[in-house]
Amino acid sequence: MASVPVARRRRFEDFSWVDFIINALRFIIIALVIIGSANTLLSGRFTFEQWVSLFVAGLAQGSIYALIALGYTLVYGILLMINFAHGEVFMSGALTTVFLAHAFDRSGFLNSQPLLAIIILIIFAGLVSMSVALLLERLAYRPLRSAPRLVPLITAIGASFFLQYTFRGFFGSQFRSYPAVDALKGSLEIGTINIPIVQPVVFIAALVLMGGLYWLVERTKLGKAMRAVSEDKEVSRLMGIDIDQIIMFTFAIGGMLAGAAGVINGLFRPQGVNFFMGFVPGIKAFTAAVLGGIGNIRGAMLGGLFLGVIEAVGPNLIFNGLGIPGSNQLKDVIAFTMLVLVLIFRPQGLLGERLTEKKA
Amino acid sequence: MEKHRKPYWRTALQVGLVAGVVLLYLGTIGMLAAFQEREVIYEIVSLGQILIVFPSLVGGWMAARRVQAHGASPVVAIASSVLAGIAAAVPTLIMLVINANVENVRDVLVNINRDWVDIVTFGNRDDLLAGAVLLLVVLAVASAVGALLTLLPGKLRSALIFTSALVLLVGMFGETVRQILQQLLPRETLDSIYRRTSLRVGPAVIIFVLGFIGSYFWAYRKETASRSAPRAANVTPRSLTQRIIVFIVLAIVLLALPLIVGRALSDILVTVGLYVLMGLGLNIAIGLAGLLDLGYVTNYAVGAYICAVLTSTGTLGLTGGQMSFWVVIPIALVAAMITGFLLAMPVLKMRGDYLAIATLGFGEILGTLAISDWLRPVIGGAQGVLFIPKPNFFGTELVNPEQLYYIVLAACAITLFISIRLNNSRVGRRWMAIREDEDVAAAMGIDTARAKLLAFTISAATGGVAGAIFAAKVGTVFPNSFTVFVSINVLSLIILGGMGSNPGIVVGAIALVGMPELLREFSEYRWLIYGALLIFMMLNRPEGLIPSKVRQRELAAESPPESTPNPTSAAQPAIGD
Amino acid sequence: MKRLLVVLSVFALVALLGVAVMPVGAQDCTDEIGCVELGPDDPITVAYMLTISGGTASLGEDSLGAIEVAIDDRDGELLGHEIELVGEDSLCSAEGGQAAGQRIAANPQVLGIIGSNCSSEAVAALPIISEAGMLMISPSNTSPRLTETDPDKGGVWEPGYYRTAHNDLFQGAIAADFAYNILGKTKLATVHDGSPYAESLQAVMADTFTELGGEVVFQGAVNVGDTDMSAILTDISASGAEIIYFPIFQPESEFFTVQARETPGLEEVTLMGADASFADTFPENTGEPAVGKFLSGPYVAESEAYDAFLARWDEVVGGVPPSGFHAHAYDATNILLNAIEAVAVVADDGSISVGRQALRDYISGLTDYPGLTGNLTCNETGDCATGEALAVFEVTQAEVDGNWPPPVVWLPGMDAMMEPGS
Repeated sequence: MASVPVARRRRFEDFSWVDFIINALRFIIIALVIIGSANTLLSGRFTFEQWVSLFVAGLAQGSIYALIALGYTLVYGILLMINFAHGEVFMSGALTTVFLAHAFDRSGFLNSQPLLAIIILIIFAGLVSMSVALLLERLAYRPLRSAPRLVPLITAIGASFFLQYTFRGFFGSQFRSYPAVDALKGSLEIGTINIPIVQPVVFIAALVLMGGLYWLVERTKLGKAMRAVSEDKEVSRLMGIDIDQIIMFTFAIGGMLAGAAGVINGLFRPQGVNFFMGFVPGIKAFTAAVLGGIGNIRGAMLGGLFLGVIEAVGPNLIFNGLGIPGSNQLKDVIAFTMLVLVLIFRPQGLLGERLTEKKA
Repeated sequence: MEKHRKPYWRTALQVGLVAGVVLLYLGTIGMLAAFQEREVIYEIVSLGQILIVFPSLVGGWMAARRVQAHGASPVVAIASSVLAGIAAAVPTLIMLVINANVENVRDVLVNINRDWVDIVTFGNRDDLLAGAVLLLVVLAVASAVGALLTLLPGKLRSALIFTSALVLLVGMFGETVRQILQQLLPRETLDSIYRRTSLRVGPAVIIFVLGFIGSYFWAYRKETASRSAPRAANVTPRSLTQRIIVFIVLAIVLLALPLIVGRALSDILVTVGLYVLMGLGLNIAIGLAGLLDLGYVTNYAVGAYICAVLTSTGTLGLTGGQMSFWVVIPIALVAAMITGFLLAMPVLKMRGDYLAIATLGFGEILGTLAISDWLRPVIGGAQGVLFIPKPNFFGTELVNPEQLYYIVLAACAITLFISIRLNNSRVGRRWMAIREDEDVAAAMGIDTARAKLLAFTISAATGGVAGAIFAAKVGTVFPNSFTVFVSINVLSLIILGGMGSNPGIVVGAIALVGMPELLREFSEYRWLIYGALLIFMMLNRPEGLIPSKVRQRELAAESPPESTPNPTSAAQPAIGD
Repeated sequence: MKRLLVVLSVFALVALLGVAVMPVGAQDCTDEIGCVELGPDDPITVAYMLTISGGTASLGEDSLGAIEVAIDDRDGELLGHEIELVGEDSLCSAEGGQAAGQRIAANPQVLGIIGSNCSSEAVAALPIISEAGMLMISPSNTSPRLTETDPDKGGVWEPGYYRTAHNDLFQGAIAADFAYNILGKTKLATVHDGSPYAESLQAVMADTFTELGGEVVFQGAVNVGDTDMSAILTDISASGAEIIYFPIFQPESEFFTVQARETPGLEEVTLMGADASFADTFPENTGEPAVGKFLSGPYVAESEAYDAFLARWDEVVGGVPPSGFHAHAYDATNILLNAIEAVAVVADDGSISVGRQALRDYISGLTDYPGLTGNLTCNETGDCATGEALAVFEVTQAEVDGNWPPPVVWLPGMDAMMEPGS
């Protein structure tokens, strides 16, 4: 371990010109961001209230990213593999549960007992996604644990396509939507600021789930075992931990969170439910996980929220002031530039440990 | 081994149920219904029918094998497999009962509809009981056939399986075979072999008989040959003349290929060639230097857009169509290299998966910019760039895919040559050192930053060329051609073919790009099959179809080939739950 | 291996020689660009070229289902011959369209093609199809350049191209007319989703709106896959637009509609879309926020015919059509089949001969064909749906509760809006 920093210093000694260009790039980007933001703010095009509502919407969206990102990060922490199919695990729960939600809606249960109904939906979606995640682990990933790193990645990509088109075969390609819950209609008014009630609810629900996960990982025996396995598999095996079981638990927890995220997403953004719905959130959540430092649970939460907010606020704040047409189109540019920028500053992500770099 | 013996009937039930779940799955995703219409042998065998019996056939085979491994007699094995066949019907029967009693099942499961009922009950929609009995009988028989196969002598069995597969393939690829034969045979002759794309009975029988005799004797000859000359003979290195002959034959075949296969298949060949080109390029980054680049599409897009704006005769064309395609190729190449170089700089310090997501991000950024209103005045935004002229070769416009094929072929040949040279060069060895361990490589005095920059830059070059050819071939460039799926496809074909192996890239491109194009009946299921194929291959042949020799040695030498520790092998003697 | 190669090459050589000396069959076909000759037992082959997989699969399934219904309406037979439907997945991309075109063109039996879905596919496939003497009728290409002959205006039309979908030039202009003259709006915001369809439609709308005297205060776009529209909606809200025109596809159009109503400052803004979201799943998925939204779409004169079609769909395909162009695809298929029926020369033994140019001429001369999407009359560059066959609809609560289609509130040429339901 001790030799690593020495090697690193020597390695980067003699190419200061690359550093120079990167630094120049960094300054240009930051200057653009500042100029754009300043222009926008000074122009007074948007009111303070609008910024706040954008921020809150971003937080709600970000908390959904965070829930999905946790699945990536948990699996990565233990297996050091990118579960590329995790977006599809999210989709499986969300898509399957939409039928139950409509059944609840038709029977009136959804609106007479909204809290109970939503909890049942979340559990159902969690179970569906968990089953998919476990099947995935058992059939596709477990036989590959000792394979070179790229092999499970390709398997995961294959699994991603396989799951998408399996669910398309099951339920068709039609877009569906979650039924509206009366209790979540309307909005909160705080002074002059108007916030749809569903947004804080989504945020809080996600926080509760994340809190539960944090407790599970930090405070329980199972969590301790998970952490031990992610530190060192050989040693934890010697300590009497059943590694297969821990890995299964990890996939199960990640899957449950993704399924829950599917329903919470359905409350927040009810439309667009079909077999393809997992792909974009999957990539976004993966980005969030890396942004926060992949393998790090708090990092995934932070990364998700950060990404959600930057996507909501960024286009208007930065591009509008630069006079770029179709600013909203370029929000992925902001998200990914931000990612690359963060990774230049901190190659291990916002909260990532140095250790992961060595492992990666 | 003694302690764990299950009763035979449990093994049979287990295997049968798995087969049954697969059958139900095939029905629920609509594959049975979709394939029912596709007749492999005209009016005799449809693909749907094969699909119904296939899981039970395999199930019966496996059940028989398993119980035989525990010492069961042939009769018991067949009985077990019949039991497995009956079990295989159970999931589908349960779904039939549900479908009959619950209304609107198909509002949720869209493929549990009348067609499906028709298929699994063999047309007895109105008499479900008879249909169910028929299904049980058919699956039990299929399963028993599977068991019987295990009892046949090895040579006979392999000949039988090979020949059935042959007939199936000739029928399944009917359209492709027709298109090739179309060049050679008059339509009447073709129509007597095929009806549209399904084989007629007579030719099917002839193929079966000939194939069977042929493969049986092949197996017989091989057996006697290997008995008289045990191995060794294969391993002697080929002499120079032999190599030259192989090379010349290969060159002739490659040159004649578009003439043999016709226009539509040449079009596929060109596409496959473009992916081979990109695969060869990405292989430098990923196979040699170990840099996981998920944004290879950026190079492809840069090449295509450069070609588009420089040669287009439309309003977006910068030269009014004056610039020749042949001048554009080197420009596209250099432009892609510059892009590769610029994008490599920020990611030099990143490793592994961080690199993957950052490059993926670059791909997304470029895709977003291509479609954006912001750059529409330059590259057309959503409306793309049109009116890209075809390459002009000494006065002849290369309009047809047969002609464009030769451009791609030449590009591939040159790239292949460079790639082989690089592989054996100093730079190549540096890259491999970085791939194996970056820290050690740095400690050995390798300037890793420069080597990585070089890898990214050179790797980008072929992407640019492929993009330029693509633009000229299609004649238009739209932003939605440059999605992350291109990157995924290129990456997957490298891994599938065998990382670091040049022939592997060709085979991978044929499997992942060519095959889906050929099997158009499966278009609805093309990505499903693509995904399943990737998983299946990675589970069964992680080293790829044609692994490179170095890689093969690596994988063989040490079972855990990379730094990750190996938990599975150690997990068996678990120390408590 | 070596022996196999040798045998193969000998075989190939002999066969090539055979082709060279083989006499070409003389046929008594008088058509300029060739005929399709079918024996008494040969099927009549029509092809589809649609986007069957990927994110736009619902569009292709929608058209394919309608084609199947149209064929099933004739019990799968025409002139006593079986109708055989072959097809290609064109993937909603130029290269996909080109590959599909090559493969369809390689099958000389194909009489006509229903497709493509996406305009980019058609741009790449059309030269091949046209060259092969075939014809294609698109149910959902709306790009003006496809029926424009002048390359300087971006036109790519070639003989053999027809469409039952509405040219953006009609639909965009009608939308502008309606918004400015009937609704009296003066400040327009337009939004597209990066598809050539929406981009071109909003451009025509914005240009016409400006010509009429209105002001375009915002032009922006969303990305396919976006679920959060808050950023762009806030931007629109700040621009002071009175009407938002967003001819984008589902599900983005659904997200957009719902979130527009949640955005401060846009609660009362007028929303208008086009036939990309003209599907009964749109109000169902969107719910109350869809009420009051205007949609331009095909004028379904007799809604009984459409209801009957939906019932047939449920019978043949099952469920409901997943997108908004099934009626166009149904009409396109019927036009093609009618044309074959009319043009085919039937011999006594039941074998038929169909002239390719005759087929094109028949469709080019089509007048007042009563289709599901209105009365169709094809012009010389293949536009079969004219502006007259369009109407503006208003989504009401009834549609949210399951009714479809919504009431017509305006037809081109009217001076004022009709009351919904009258």
